[in-house]
Amino acid sequence: MKLLIKGGTVIDPVAGKINKKDILIVDGRISGSGHNLSRSGAEVLDAKGKLVVPGLIDMHVHLREPGFEAKETIFTGTRAAARGGFTSVACMPNTNPVADNAAVVSSVIKRAHETGVVRVYPIGAISRGSIGEELAEIGDMKESGAVAFSDDGMPVMSSGLMRRAMQYARMLGVTLISHCEDKNLSSGGSMHEGLVSTILGLKGIPASAEEVMVSRDIILAEDTGCRVHIAHVSTAGSVRLVRQAKSRGVGITAEVSPHHFTLTDEAVMGYGACTKVNPPLRSDRDLEAVKEGLADGTIDVIATDHAPHTVEEKDVEYDLAPFGISGLETAVGLVWTELVATGVLTPLQAITKMTLNPARVLGIPGGTLEAGADADITIIDPELSWEVDPKLFASKGRNTPFTGRLLKGLPWVTIVGGRVVMKDCKVDI
Amino acid sequence: MGLSGKDLIGLRDITAEEIKLILDTAGPMKEIIARKIKKVPTLRGRTVITVFYEASTRTRTSFELAAKYLSADTVGLAAATSSVSKGESLKDTARNIAAMGADVVVLRHPMSGAAELLARSLNVSVINAGDGAHEHPTQALLDMYTVREKKGRLDGLKVAIIGDILHSRVARSDIWGYTIMGSEVRLAGPSTLIPAGIEKLGVRVCRTVEEAIEGADVVNVLRIQMERQQQGLFPGLREYSRMFGISPERLSLAAPGALVMHPGPINRGVEMSSEVADGLQSVICEQVTNGVAVRMALLYLLIGGSEQK
Repeated sequence: MKLLIKGGTVIDPVAGKINKKDILIVDGRISGSGHNLSRSGAEVLDAKGKLVVPGLIDMHVHLREPGFEAKETIFTGTRAAARGGFTSVACMPNTNPVADNAAVVSSVIKRAHETGVVRVYPIGAISRGSIGEELAEIGDMKESGAVAFSDDGMPVMSSGLMRRAMQYARMLGVTLISHCEDKNLSSGGSMHEGLVSTILGLKGIPASAEEVMVSRDIILAEDTGCRVHIAHVSTAGSVRLVRQAKSRGVGITAEVSPHHFTLTDEAVMGYGACTKVNPPLRSDRDLEAVKEGLADGTIDVIATDHAPHTVEEKDVEYDLAPFGISGLETAVGLVWTELVATGVLTPLQAITKMTLNPARVLGIPGGTLEAGADADITIIDPELSWEVDPKLFASKGRNTPFTGRLLKGLPWVTIVGGRVVMKDCKVDI
Repeated sequence: MGLSGKDLIGLRDITAEEIKLILDTAGPMKEIIARKIKKVPTLRGRTVITVFYEASTRTRTSFELAAKYLSADTVGLAAATSSVSKGESLKDTARNIAAMGADVVVLRHPMSGAAELLARSLNVSVINAGDGAHEHPTQALLDMYTVREKKGRLDGLKVAIIGDILHSRVARSDIWGYTIMGSEVRLAGPSTLIPAGIEKLGVRVCRTVEEAIEGADVVNVLRIQMERQQQGLFPGLREYSRMFGISPERLSLAAPGALVMHPGPINRGVEMSSEVADGLQSVICEQVTNGVAVRMALLYLLIGGSEQK
């Protein structure tokens, strides 16, 4: 089986280079690249005018299976990923049952093999049941294929447990992903605390609720030597803390979600619950700081925090709606429109934060187009303008605050292990 | 000229002209209430449903009387006795109400934004009778009606609002309304109960209650809820009363003839002493009467005109 991607602009984050060349895939692996490669016997994808990049990696998604199949399944979630240009996703453990043991981790991997179209890497829970009381069997889960550990959405409030988790994770050489939120400061809140929450009469979540925990986890990372990844950074203060920590050599990395560099709390006006997300949409100042953090390398990764919910769950009073945005299928458009077209990031920087960097944080393959590597490749049309219509999503989660928004830049083809799993927005071809 | 929207959700998006229209219309309505036979046929054949997801006697009775004085039929739906307790969503409840043929839905709900959610899913008029900490527009309208009746104007008056601003929908609607009408609004309360960024709405946040009352033409005192103390938002009612309670001494700092107002129900001896609540400057009972008049005006303006409102 040969596949030739011809005439595209190839972005290679490992080499740090962009140039026009062909890529040949043979039997699921990248066989080589160069100019005017022979097309003999190969199926040809004409990528002229398009960007050919390593398969995108989303290290923060919620696939909801097992337990919440009305919101999403591995079947639908991986198809949403393919439409979004992602060849690999790492899924959070807040399922039912919680992925806090090897059996659940193994079953997610098994279901992904049976029903998924992209690679699925489970993230295991830090604590049993993600209730923050005792350590989960991190070693056992690692052996079963969990690539990192997190109590995402259920922040580890006990500094003692978090420290022990870091000590333990360091021994195993795995990364802890921290959802930084001090529940004592955020409890009951449903949006960013500021003028807009005051006008709307909604309980605010102050920026400090995140920053207090970012500080704590930086200090504990420094103390234990564990690799810590800060999930969905949303405030100027968090960006500053991560920047300072990195400058003194603390082993931490950080991610931001597209909604946090695109929208502010102003979007909550009108109480549309699709804007309800945790951490919440912040102020202008925070949004600018997050962009600066992306530009100067403080923020390593762009991850969607894809959090699908049903229409019924979201179409209620703001306080009653669950947190979360369905993000897989708008990520590339938002990155290109909000960051690349505006000059915040170069195309190479943007792609690095969606491929090589998350691969390094998780210690998984990907992010490369070198000969011999698995042929996980995404082809993006950077010029295509399109309007977000959640009715067309492959995800069951139609909960996007971007409905009707015009974006420029859309994945055209997604290739996983040499197989085209998405082309022209169609999956299962 | 009438109101621009089908609903009244809040005073944030309302114009000074619309507020004036409602207050002007409330005048003749108040005359009706003063009559021996308190009934005019204006809204005969129209139906007003009050949907209250929160306990309230005053506001609900006020709306029902307002509707009855205008000859509208009224039905009340209380959350405790309805299918709400069976887990029906607000939108489904709304659809059922609409299917029964109401002309106006009056909604009281503990969550901010509920009235807007309801209004978006209904073709009939929705009046917000208080949603969470968002707005309570008819309370602010009756406050302004009362002040205008007593003082002859709103423009240029100094209005002090004292208490738990953070959780108060009345405070928010009052702030929008008074500032739209050209009054100067000052706020005072425990700093833990002053919401973030509120000074950006064009109000002055005072450090002490004395500073807020000094020279004020109106002293509007909010109810302090016991549960806020349990949530740890302030140390206790005793200290609250000492620091923020309105006593005759504190009231003497206000402008001569200043009005004392309260949206009720009053915690006597906590946010306000009985001398002040029952004193000569208190217009608290008139507020209640005016509430009926203002709600009559609003119902009339929303559904009393032409058929295709």
